[in-house]
Amino acid sequence: MSLAVKAVGIRKSFGSHEVLKGLDLEVAYGEVLCILGPSGSGKSTFLRCINHLETPNGGYVWVDGAIMGYELNRGALQELPVKRLRAQQSQLGMVFQHFNLFAHRTVLGNVIEGPMVVRGLSRDEAEARAMGLLEQVGMAAKASSYPSQLSGGQKQRVAIARALAMEPRVMLFDEPTSALDPELVGEVLEVMRNLARGGTTMIVVTHEIGFAREVADRVVVMIDGEIREMGAPQQVLSDPGDPRVRSFLSRVLA
Amino acid sequence: MPHLPHSSPAALPLIDLPGPDVTVRRLRHPGRWVSGGIVLLLLAVIGRAFAVGQIQWTVVGQFLTAGVIVTGFGWTVLISACALALGVALGFAFGIMRLSENPILRFAAWLYVWVFRGTPVLLQLLIWFNIALVFPRLYIPGLIDERMVDVVTPFVAAVLGLGVNEGSYLTEVVRGGIGSVDRGQKEAAHTLGMTPGQTMRRIILPQTVRLILPVLGNSAIGMLKFSSLAATIAMGEMLNAAQRIYFINGAVIELLFVCAVWYLAGTTVLSIGQYYLERHFGRDAATATSDRRGFWAWARRPAARGEA
Repeated sequence: MSLAVKAVGIRKSFGSHEVLKGLDLEVAYGEVLCILGPSGSGKSTFLRCINHLETPNGGYVWVDGAIMGYELNRGALQELPVKRLRAQQSQLGMVFQHFNLFAHRTVLGNVIEGPMVVRGLSRDEAEARAMGLLEQVGMAAKASSYPSQLSGGQKQRVAIARALAMEPRVMLFDEPTSALDPELVGEVLEVMRNLARGGTTMIVVTHEIGFAREVADRVVVMIDGEIREMGAPQQVLSDPGDPRVRSFLSRVLA
Repeated sequence: MPHLPHSSPAALPLIDLPGPDVTVRRLRHPGRWVSGGIVLLLLAVIGRAFAVGQIQWTVVGQFLTAGVIVTGFGWTVLISACALALGVALGFAFGIMRLSENPILRFAAWLYVWVFRGTPVLLQLLIWFNIALVFPRLYIPGLIDERMVDVVTPFVAAVLGLGVNEGSYLTEVVRGGIGSVDRGQKEAAHTLGMTPGQTMRRIILPQTVRLILPVLGNSAIGMLKFSSLAATIAMGEMLNAAQRIYFINGAVIELLFVCAVWYLAGTTVLSIGQYYLERHFGRDAATATSDRRGFWAWARRPAARGEA
């Protein structure tokens, strides 16, 4: 399997607080990787460093043949102009905990925004493809609704369609079900399960241990800004070697 | 659970409980009738005082549609519209600059607000009107070479004075509006690959406009009234026209009342326009006026904020 993402020595500090302490990670095409860990362990920050929503203080991320935000120039990393960084970022679809749908656009307007503005697709073509994606996440009937008229689960399914519309190489999910009412979690996980079955490469920061066990090819457990455990879900979730990982899992599985 | 002490006068035995269809009598509010009556009485007294006072109402009626007054009102509207357009343009330009990554641009915007919000608008009008004393000629190589007095007519001075002043207030409004658009909107745009310019134009500003629309409505109403200050720099808008008439015929209060009627008419029309504009932009049900209760319910709503 060829590599899609390779993170090398990612460090990130906010003020004097070191959130990420040098993380390495490789994700292959077609793989589903779940990142677990207690609150404050830095897993969301790590995900945001992968697509450069946060600029790492050290290390770099390689995505499909290019280093995010930089260009290798005579052995040094030369920072890219913002336009080229954005082009790279559009290769990574991002789904946020709080959906972040454009409040002034309809469901359809949200999904066609990227393809029209960034890719330069015509409205007709963008809308035709958007309707296909909305069909896929079960939201086609709500195409002309505004985000404020949707439930959390519906918003998140639209957000997934919006990210998919850019045809990203990798989909990143930042706690996609954490802001949802319990009865709405299932519909979002179902969409994600279908994506995984379809071979989408996914990095998922989540608290849903059940989802990780069922869908993930590999699971990473982060504690205090470090990767403490990495491997197949059965192995990591049932028999973690690290005592702190064991204590975290016993708390969330209890 | 311990029983809380309470002071019910007499226990109501279960046997005395009425059926489910029992009549409910609402509490009377005699105080409301009294206070309402007092206010009505006061209004009547004030109304009568003006009716029998030394005002020739026929003169008011006569000048209400006089050509000079109507033309003056036309100028009032034109000055207000131009100054508001200038103010909005400057407000957005400097408001975006206030949030720039470049500290020099941020400083320039701060300086603009500091100077023009920190001095009286009447003073600014007088300075614009007399700007030729500082710069006798306006000379931009290849573009323009004129005497300043020919360029900065009273109309231009009024628009510049009112517009540049309004822009300094709107700069802060726009800055606040942009700041209150959720940060996630920007992040979502970035992850789709939108450049900072595209994000600002397509995602942030449309939502900012919606947020600050009530303030812009207040600005338009305020501008219509502040344009009367242009009377002091010999601009022939409505108040100036009225003054020129009463200097001759002595009907001071009558002509001032004529102006009051026109200003009230103008601000009323603007209020109605503001209502429909807010409703239009409130399509996503984010603003308070989008619930289709109609204009009058909106007009009687509690004031949310003072005028800028």
